Amino acid sequence: MFKRFPNRAGRIRKSFARPLVTCALLVMAIVICDYQTASASPTSKVMAIPAFARKYGLPCSACHTAWPELNNFGMVFRDNGYQLMNDRDSPIWQNPSYFPISFRITPNWHRETASNQPVDSIPGGGTGSVLVSHNVTQAGFDLSGMDLWSAGTLYKNISFQLLPSSDPTAVWHFESAWIRIDNIKGSSWLNFKFGRFELDNLVSEKRFLFLSNNGGIYQTYHFNVPGSINDFGIGDNQIGIELSGHDTNSYTRYSVSLLSSNEGGVNLTNNNLPGGTASSRSYDGYMAFTKAFDLGSWGYQEFQAYAYVGQRPTFYQTSQGVPLVGLGNEPFYRIGFAGQLHFKNLELLPYFMHGHDNAYLGAGVPDSQALPAGAHAPTFNGGFLEGQYFVSPQLVLLGRFEKIDVGQQAFASGNVPGNFGNVTAYSVGYRWYPIMFSRAGVAWHNEYSIVKTIGNVPESGDGTGLPPLLPTNGVWSSSVFIGFDFDF
Amino acid sequence: MTLKKLAVTFALGSMALVTVGATSVLAQSHVNSPDPSLGAPSVSSAESHIGNMTGHAGEGKQLYRRYCIGCHGPDGNGEGMNAQWIDPKPRDFTEATFKCRSTPTGTLPTDQDLYDAITRGFVTTNMPAWKPLTPQQRADLVAFVKTWSPRWTKGKAGAPLDIPAETPITIESILHGRELFQRLECWKCHGPEGHGDGPSAITLTDDKGNPIRPYDFSSGSRFMCGTTNRDLYRIFMTGLDGSPMPSFADVVKPNEAWDLVHFLRTLQPLKTQEADLWMAYRAAHGADLKPIGPDAAPGGQ
Repeated sequence: MFKRFPNRAGRIRKSFARPLVTCALLVMAIVICDYQTASASPTSKVMAIPAFARKYGLPCSACHTAWPELNNFGMVFRDNGYQLMNDRDSPIWQNPSYFPISFRITPNWHRETASNQPVDSIPGGGTGSVLVSHNVTQAGFDLSGMDLWSAGTLYKNISFQLLPSSDPTAVWHFESAWIRIDNIKGSSWLNFKFGRFELDNLVSEKRFLFLSNNGGIYQTYHFNVPGSINDFGIGDNQIGIELSGHDTNSYTRYSVSLLSSNEGGVNLTNNNLPGGTASSRSYDGYMAFTKAFDLGSWGYQEFQAYAYVGQRPTFYQTSQGVPLVGLGNEPFYRIGFAGQLHFKNLELLPYFMHGHDNAYLGAGVPDSQALPAGAHAPTFNGGFLEGQYFVSPQLVLLGRFEKIDVGQQAFASGNVPGNFGNVTAYSVGYRWYPIMFSRAGVAWHNEYSIVKTIGNVPESGDGTGLPPLLPTNGVWSSSVFIGFDFDF
Repeated sequence: MTLKKLAVTFALGSMALVTVGATSVLAQSHVNSPDPSLGAPSVSSAESHIGNMTGHAGEGKQLYRRYCIGCHGPDGNGEGMNAQWIDPKPRDFTEATFKCRSTPTGTLPTDQDLYDAITRGFVTTNMPAWKPLTPQQRADLVAFVKTWSPRWTKGKAGAPLDIPAETPITIESILHGRELFQRLECWKCHGPEGHGDGPSAITLTDDKGNPIRPYDFSSGSRFMCGTTNRDLYRIFMTGLDGSPMPSFADVVKPNEAWDLVHFLRTLQPLKTQEADLWMAYRAAHGADLKPIGPDAAPGGQ
């Protein structure tokens, strides 16, 4: 869902005002239409994930604080293997015409700006042109990627998920595909999942409420210290097996996963698209423990501790230079905690991560060789605090502050400042669900997000995707995003 | 346009949109309020009392919109947008008639009864167990559900049924329960083997005229109103108001009611003390048992 735009900012910026006015007029017209529609609609049209809403007849707001984010009822439903546990979960109870598929895409208008980008002093380059720092701005109507989501039960206590997903140019991959045996021996504490799936992150990046290029990811979930060849991101779906369990209201949960050391790649590579590099034969481990407490009228407060321990290859067995198998595995880990705190209509999501890579990963050299001088095991501390205020089930206000500090650079050098790679990010926005039918959902989404990265481009990869001319320079990358997020 | 101007434009636009959105939401929310002409109390003042908790209807109203409205509808009459595809139909709160109660037939349930129903769900219906909601949220929902009918302001909940201690589980108790199953004609609806396939089963409707199926004892371990022997005792002593299942409180004595409970347990596919006793008895005396049904002598074994 994230894209880079070409370096054509000078021309675009001059013509920026006109599309903005057009967009504003269009937005006003749409809002007026929506307002009239919403006001005339019965309130029962307040609802969300259509595949399950259609199956069980529940409003989507039953499972989502604001879709796609799950509330506790939705979490229990998910933990139970997409079952309500009311003897109506097996497909034999479904209407034969029911088919468990949902579509999601977001037509949008967005504007991306990045500062301190190296651009040609003479457009087109050529003789006499040098690279100079400049702002780059791009804007226009656009599409997000698309999710074609299917999930449900194959039988009582056997559930599945299949999620082919595309980028805006319709290049498809399998975002997730798994089967799960639920409630083994009648116990909710034993559930076994097999396939490609999202890690048990209390604060899910797959079901969160931000969509813009900069705000649409948690930077911490994908961060690696600059220079490290580690490609791990805790927000990325991984491939392997998971054993998990929970109590009846999911106030106590655990998960233990054994995963291939290939960042969820398929075809025994490190990518779920063609062109991935051969993966190693090693495995990673992830475990998470979650506990919630009820604070009466305030709501429940949930906390999670997690740890991921993995390996990545530092060189490859090759044939004529073509990698065949990753070798020389060196370790890394990520540990931290997360929270989901409720204060009536206000929800706060704190998150913290400490990351550590082996020095060979940081230096990017085969572990069969000696480390270069100045190489260190890189470390970082990252985290965010996200706030959501639910004016009603149909309107949620959003905000987030995120910070990542590199504790130890991969190389100690006079040319590399101590804050090289540090990230500071802010996002605000709101989602309004003007018409939320029980069989589909529409959200009117507005968001502004800005990220500052020292000496590098933000993880979101927007802007021109180029680091600044000097490693001491900060790159401010901002996104304005307006769109209709719909789900059927 | 400078970035500053753009930011100002964005902020003002956002504020305007939020205002429009909030207005729209508020405009819709009043539709959810009970009709004042029904004499319902103001939503904000209605309360429920469950143990030490006090539920507030004002809070419950928001929860109702989020969780319940799709089935029970914006007017609480069980005609939510999904109701047409649901069988059995969602409860009509405007009638204040509830199946699962601890109170005598025809009376209002206690707040605890409604709280238990929300917590437990109804196993053979689309109503899930709402345990993921906090106890306070469930209490708030109870308070709001009670605003849909004027019965709650004009009358009080009935006195909860006094359930005596369970009698010993013996083969005599089971056999007497079987005799009652025949004599009270339970089999006409629930079927001779408790499969819910008695001769009257296909004719049954609820008090709204919707077809309704008798409980099939062989289908599972849970009943609509609970799982324990006490729950089962309560069901046929209070009846399931709004359904063809009557109260037998005036027909059977408490000891007899326990006998019936013990027999009904033998119809379930569970390994229970009752089932063990019954299986052993049938193995030894099966040939002496008279079948349940229209051909059996009244009161015969």
